[in-house]
Amino acid sequence: MSDKKKELKPNTYKFDTLSLHAGYQPHKNAGSRQVPIYQTTSYLFDDVDHAAALFNLERGGHIYSRISNPTVGVLEERVASLEGGTAALATSSGMSAIFLTVMTLCEAGDHLVVSSQLYGGTVNLFRLTLPKFGIKCTFVKPRDTEGFKKAIQKNTKGIFGELVGNPGNEIMNMPEIAKIAHDAGIPLMVDATYQTPYLCKPFEHGADIVIHSLTKWMAGHGSSMAGILVEGGKFDWMQNDKFPTMTKPYEGYHGLSFAEEFGPTAFTMKARAEGMRDFGPCLSPQNAWNVLQGIETLSVRMKKHCSNAEEMVKYLSNHESVAWVSHPSVPDHPDHELAKKLLPNGRGSMIAFGIKGGKDAGVAFINNVKLASHLANVGDTRTLVIHPASGTHSQMDEATLKFAGLSHDMIRLSVGIEDIDDIKNDFEIGFRAARKPRLVSNQ
Amino acid sequence: MKFKVNGHEVFASTGGRPFDKKKPLIIFVHGSGLTHMTWVLQTRYFAFHGYNSLAVDLPGHGLSSGESLKSIEEMADWVSDVIDAVGHKEASLVGHSQGCLVTVECTSRYPNKIKTLSLMGGAGAIPMNAELLSLAENNDPKAVDLMMDWAHGPAGHFGGHPVPGLYHINTGTMLAKSRTIQNTLGVDFRACDNYKNGFEAAKKIKCPTLSILATDDKMCPVKEGKKLASLIDGSQVDIIDNCGHMMLLEEADRVLTVLKKFITTNYPPLSS
Repeated sequence: MSDKKKELKPNTYKFDTLSLHAGYQPHKNAGSRQVPIYQTTSYLFDDVDHAAALFNLERGGHIYSRISNPTVGVLEERVASLEGGTAALATSSGMSAIFLTVMTLCEAGDHLVVSSQLYGGTVNLFRLTLPKFGIKCTFVKPRDTEGFKKAIQKNTKGIFGELVGNPGNEIMNMPEIAKIAHDAGIPLMVDATYQTPYLCKPFEHGADIVIHSLTKWMAGHGSSMAGILVEGGKFDWMQNDKFPTMTKPYEGYHGLSFAEEFGPTAFTMKARAEGMRDFGPCLSPQNAWNVLQGIETLSVRMKKHCSNAEEMVKYLSNHESVAWVSHPSVPDHPDHELAKKLLPNGRGSMIAFGIKGGKDAGVAFINNVKLASHLANVGDTRTLVIHPASGTHSQMDEATLKFAGLSHDMIRLSVGIEDIDDIKNDFEIGFRAARKPRLVSNQ
Repeated sequence: MKFKVNGHEVFASTGGRPFDKKKPLIIFVHGSGLTHMTWVLQTRYFAFHGYNSLAVDLPGHGLSSGESLKSIEEMADWVSDVIDAVGHKEASLVGHSQGCLVTVECTSRYPNKIKTLSLMGGAGAIPMNAELLSLAENNDPKAVDLMMDWAHGPAGHFGGHPVPGLYHINTGTMLAKSRTIQNTLGVDFRACDNYKNGFEAAKKIKCPTLSILATDDKMCPVKEGKKLASLIDGSQVDIIDNCGHMMLLEEADRVLTVLKKFITTNYPPLSS
């Protein structure tokens, strides 16, 4: 018998187990194995004292489904656990999660440094809508790490970016940009929708707030809108005087200081207590449940998404109708090495490629594929395509398109988990149609 | 609020209410390597119901300055000093885990000052696993990971936080890593391991005492908590099923309900 002592190891649940179980205990819900859908607006109070305690954050619990809901709560805990975060707050969409994050962080007169390569809706929020609230932004190209540092002003309250930019696949050097943010005493907020926590956990690379559109890969089925903000819990809101609404007594809750009382969950507590109360972008329990069904198979789906994407990269790279392919798995992608470090489990399933023949060819391709769906979404289990210059980013002028790294020949491809041969066969139909106008014009 | 004890600045959460010397005082003492934030689901209630609620950060922990105290006895004297520093003559004490050793020792040393004692996940002695102690003293984050694993019951591991959206284990991990591990958890674990006077101290306690224990507590199992309680005259015991060592968060509502009844009965609030 060996006298060698067994090394102590923590037995906390791993990723695939958390995807199925985190945030829920059946024995507290009538033994229901599946998470129940609490389709209710409000919750009974035991007595007046209990009601007052809930309203005053003296006790945990639910009051009104705009603020919190038990089904939504399971989703929030599940995503927080998968990200390695302390807390999460689910919202009605990814855009509302971004808006709520900014409004929890900033006041009129504040400034943000923002990556220039973002989803078109996000660009418009930062460029056009937030200035109406007195919040100004400076845009910096995602690879210009030093540019983020230079753009920080006295009133800058945070840095925001998409880890892998939409749609050009430029990757933010998250560890370096996090250091720049932290040296300035401000948090780094990262939209990691494209990656999901299966491919990257931004908190491990210095992010402080992670945002997802759960509508995309996290849900996968393309049936439900949802968003979430997740808090890392490391950022010290009390290190300087930049965040008085986090650190000073808050009139809206009898002089509560969120940072003092809630520490590593302070941001989420404030976002819920103030943001959900005042703005109300709540997630419906049905949609929360739908997203939970998707998350149960997240790692299984992401593996197939990534393997299909790498097959498509090879196929497109060798295709006569394709001018260029952008995906972090391509060795000559400028961020190939950074992607290996930040995305060790796979480089994601978003591909941008240029079609020979420019805009007309792009339109013909999109109009003729049959299996791939032409729509304004990404991260569905089905393969999706769009021509950004005429779709998702169509509200941008020429200069903004160029600054965002978009060209008229670009097709955005979100690779699904269908049989890879069927996707390739469908693309052949599209490419044949795309070549046709040129053949005609050459005659 | 901040005040000074022995020349060092102390932070204590007042549960969101200004400190009022007219109100009776409850002091909450956290466990090894943790901070005042573990008490958030108890302190605010008492603060809004006729008490001064002080959830202290022990020296060198959380937002308090100074170095961590090296023995349970020093911590017990420090709690007594806190009562003096805020201008009170007496207090009700609430402790969790290591905080139970501290409050038991304090109550035995200062019987006239302490009016009630509430123990959560307590024991008369908390001998440390040698490997865990070594990891903590060597600043290894694995010590925190192990503590979070052992300290949480089903609610911690699966989830189901009483505050919607919060995830137990990661929140606890961040609290325990908020200062240098060897200076907080390492020093605290050594203090627990060295402390041998718990059972003798318990025999001297005469004030009303409550022990809240949990069936899935691996750090201070129910039988150890019962053994301690059996040495305190008239001690009440409440046992929570399917709950781990972090009962003050895992079953915060149940804990608050039991605590509220016990403290308001034995140490009434200032009526408004």
